[in-house]
Amino acid sequence: MKVLYFAWLRQRTGIGEEDISLPEGVQDVAGLIEWLKGRGPEFAEALADTSAIRIAVNQEFATLDTSLGGDEEVALFPPMTGG
Amino acid sequence: MSVRVQREDFDVGAEIAALTQGNTQIGGITSFVGLVRDMGGNTGSAAMTLEHYPGMTEKMLATIDAEANARWPLEASLIVHRYGRLEPGDQIVLVIAASPHRAAAFEACHFLIDWLKTKAPFWKLEETGDGDARWVEARGSDDAAAARWSANTGKEAAE
Repeated sequence: MKVLYFAWLRQRTGIGEEDISLPEGVQDVAGLIEWLKGRGPEFAEALADTSAIRIAVNQEFATLDTSLGGDEEVALFPPMTGG
Repeated sequence: MSVRVQREDFDVGAEIAALTQGNTQIGGITSFVGLVRDMGGNTGSAAMTLEHYPGMTEKMLATIDAEANARWPLEASLIVHRYGRLEPGDQIVLVIAASPHRAAAFEACHFLIDWLKTKAPFWKLEETGDGDARWVEARGSDDAAAARWSANTGKEAAE
């Protein structure tokens, strides 16, 4: 699956876009975020407060309990500030 | 009924002319133009860089545009949103709604910009003037402005 990070999530993780295989045992967005947090301090810090993170799966707004099968495009970003 | 995401500036008059040309059902056109406001205070430059999510941005703008067209009897509508580095006074966003009657045009235009602010994946990185930059935080008042359209279907303006 593809994982995208925007704005300060991109800056803090140091990654804009990456391809990963769905980690074993991960079934939803919450599980993915937990797994990502275990990759290093920069991920743990960037993803610490999930209430500050908005989620999109396949370019549609999603939630922590949105299930994942492994071929999705998951994006993590802060609340939007356009307009 | 169209949306564009672009780095380039836009010409409001030319956009209105192109959008409404040849359509004599239109009786009123409302437009909203968002500008980069100088938030720098005494720190100097307040330029900003707009980041977005290519793909999802266009999709969300099209969804918002379709919602406006479902709620109000519009003859034409347009959303243009810029990205990249912009300076104070620069145009950021353009919303146009055209309808046989003014009420629908006014309401749809207001709806489009309110929904866009909280639903389109754009983020502003503001230069603080000391060589540093900070991500602009979302405002609760924008959520409230968007939420007030949730209950209002816009049908009253269709009369």
